[in-house]
Amino acid sequence: MATVSFDDATRVYPGSEHPAVDKLNLEIGDGEFMVLVGPSGCGKSTSLRMLAGLEEVNAGGIHIGDRDVTHLPPKDRDIAMVFQNYALYPHMTVADNMGFALKIAGKPKAEIRKRVEDAAEILDLSEYLDRKPKALSGGQRQRVAMGRAIVRSPQVFLMDEPLSNLDAKLRVSTRTQIAALQSRLGVTTVYVTHDQVEAMTMGDRVAVMKDGVLQQVDTPLALYDSPENLFVAGFIGSPAMNLIDGKIADGGVQVGDYVVPVAREVLAKAEGENDLTIGIRPENFELSEGDGLGLDVAVLEELGADAYLYGTLAGLDEDAKITAQQIVARISSRRPPQRGTTVRIGVAPEHVHVFSKATGARLSETNLR
Amino acid sequence: MPRFLSSRPDARLIPLPWETPLEQWPVEYLVALPRGISRHVVRFIRVGDSVYAAKEVIEHLAVHEYRLLHDLHRLATPAVEPVGVVTERYDADGNRLDPVLVTKHLQFALPYRSLFTPGVRQDTVNRLLDAMVVLLALLHLVGFLWVDVSLSNILFRRVAGAFAAYLVDAETGELHEQLSAGQRAHDLSIARTNLFGEFSDLEAGGMLDESLDPGTLVDSIEARYAELWTELTGVEEFDGSEMHRIDSRVRRLNALGFDVAELDITTDFGGTSIRIQPKVGDAGHHSRRLLRLTGLDTEENQARRLLNDLDTYRARTDQQNADEAIVAHQWLTEVFEAVVKRIPSDLRGKLEPAEVFHEVLEFRWYQSEKLGLEIPLEEAADRYVAEVLTTKPDEALTNVEVMGPLQNPYDPSQGYVDEDDSVPYDPWEDGAAEVDERLATWFDIDELRKGKRGA
Repeated sequence: MATVSFDDATRVYPGSEHPAVDKLNLEIGDGEFMVLVGPSGCGKSTSLRMLAGLEEVNAGGIHIGDRDVTHLPPKDRDIAMVFQNYALYPHMTVADNMGFALKIAGKPKAEIRKRVEDAAEILDLSEYLDRKPKALSGGQRQRVAMGRAIVRSPQVFLMDEPLSNLDAKLRVSTRTQIAALQSRLGVTTVYVTHDQVEAMTMGDRVAVMKDGVLQQVDTPLALYDSPENLFVAGFIGSPAMNLIDGKIADGGVQVGDYVVPVAREVLAKAEGENDLTIGIRPENFELSEGDGLGLDVAVLEELGADAYLYGTLAGLDEDAKITAQQIVARISSRRPPQRGTTVRIGVAPEHVHVFSKATGARLSETNLR
Repeated sequence: MPRFLSSRPDARLIPLPWETPLEQWPVEYLVALPRGISRHVVRFIRVGDSVYAAKEVIEHLAVHEYRLLHDLHRLATPAVEPVGVVTERYDADGNRLDPVLVTKHLQFALPYRSLFTPGVRQDTVNRLLDAMVVLLALLHLVGFLWVDVSLSNILFRRVAGAFAAYLVDAETGELHEQLSAGQRAHDLSIARTNLFGEFSDLEAGGMLDESLDPGTLVDSIEARYAELWTELTGVEEFDGSEMHRIDSRVRRLNALGFDVAELDITTDFGGTSIRIQPKVGDAGHHSRRLLRLTGLDTEENQARRLLNDLDTYRARTDQQNADEAIVAHQWLTEVFEAVVKRIPSDLRGKLEPAEVFHEVLEFRWYQSEKLGLEIPLEEAADRYVAEVLTTKPDEALTNVEVMGPLQNPYDPSQGYVDEDDSVPYDPWEDGAAEVDERLATWFDIDELRKGKRGA
């Protein structure tokens, strides 16, 4: 097991002016499950492949433990790409299917058997080691494929969008299994996905990337509660955080006929900027009898004890509503408002995230709940 | 109604039972052909006299592979031809089924498993590995990172004593501007591991000759590849007195079947040291020449063999100064077609015409050596048909050859029937059926706050 560190690691593709990965600095702890997430083209897969040795590092370096692996060939890095090879060999036993790669590496038979048995125990496959893969359930077969990486006992596991070829149901159950397995094994893992739901539910920490640049790296909850910029604020969350533009006013930010409350110290950080963007998570809105943002309710979606209100800021004409920004609020479904009505929704000052509209940087304090 | 995404549609595919999962298709639509191991449901389907390979796979992968196979075709790399993707499939209960990627079945092509009947010689396996290495290098030259390099994802055609390899599965592939050394090394190391697994599987299934060892077989892959890659792309430096090395490099590449698109030649100030690096164009130097001269579309090695015979013919008929195209036409009608015509029509599915011609030449040479006199070509052709061709399996559509009863003749990759095939209870899958599908696209922040990872 080992730590992984990217130090100003940069990858520029030949013929491209813009780096695919730009001065990435990332420390991954021993045994940590780190997820790299971002939209397509953000550099997450390239970063993983730089670590794997599949992409050249043009500047900066990469360490696994104390070893500088920046220019080592892939096979000398002691890493394993998990789920690279799912095909199970029909005539070989489950044990041989798991251990065959160790045989080619010249490991002694007894050691191979021991490693296969250890992995099988973790994967609940011990009693099937002498069977053929055909006599296993779908999930067990998938675990045999995971076992192939586990028996190699590498310092780092790498997973590149491993769930992307599964249907929705299997994706949810496999996600849980991988997360559980990783914490049982305690092997440092770097996992790449474009899906923020996967990132948030699986990672010990999550690194959000955009345009080759690391935006923020933190625990899922910290990312959720204190996004450092507008991109992270909008990317993490389902449904997404409401990001609304407004102007500085006395005691807060003016949106429509309502002043969203913001502490004076936060407004002071705006330094001459008049326009700010405020962010409010759907669950932080509350239906209000008095003050609040006016919302014309377009859709109401009830989900158990909660209901989601979708609408636009009050007072727009029908044409303007079509293109207007949609606001989402999660409220208790005990007395939900009707579709087509106008309601007021309020928010407590500690739940208002404030960003500079010009730079996108966070102005409000961290540690919000 | 299913939707067909296709640039060259075959209307006969439309009425097939797309509302049925591929695994349950009635056998009247299927052909039992040998093939490699796949993690998806794959079937060969017959419409009229055409055979197609159909693979059931989730949508984005089906479309990705369809496009990639198109690109590989455009780049003239040996790969199966994509026909289309069938999407919007629903079963009788309205459940959505995964799309099906349809590719053309490659005629006269064999999966590695059917080449490994016990008794196969080391030499045959070496030629198989050579073909795979050439395919990998060709793909790497155009910037294709294969990732899942394996024999299961290749089909082989016999060509003039060697094999030509075709890529049949591009699902994990990616097309790049250029591959890095690390990417190529990665493909090679996967090839080594996968081939070792595949050879070990043949061994476990009793299909690998006892004289062959999986470890020894795969040990040479990296060296073979490195040698070829250096010849194709390497820089050569020599001094001004060795100018002939420029010409010999080009000849060596032509002999390997590659054309040189560009030769980058740099000299130092005094002209005493010269540095050359070729940029290799398409493979198929000989097959293009034969096609231009005769209209025969053949594999590289067959073309080489046929061109040799054409050159011999030219010398024998004393026409060295005549126009090459005219002599080629004479050779085609008087020699090549004369032999091909002697194959009875019921034996034409055995081997491709160009391959039959090559084998007749070989047969004639051996027989002439044995008798100490040259036997006429027509006689050699007739004896070849009677003594050799009739005993060969039909390679146009080879049926599955098996060592024991197959679990499923339409899916040989499931292996043989065993006594105990009952699928055991798996506690990990408890509750899997009740999984809330919404959680695939939505996370519950309250659960997350409670510290439930993977929730």
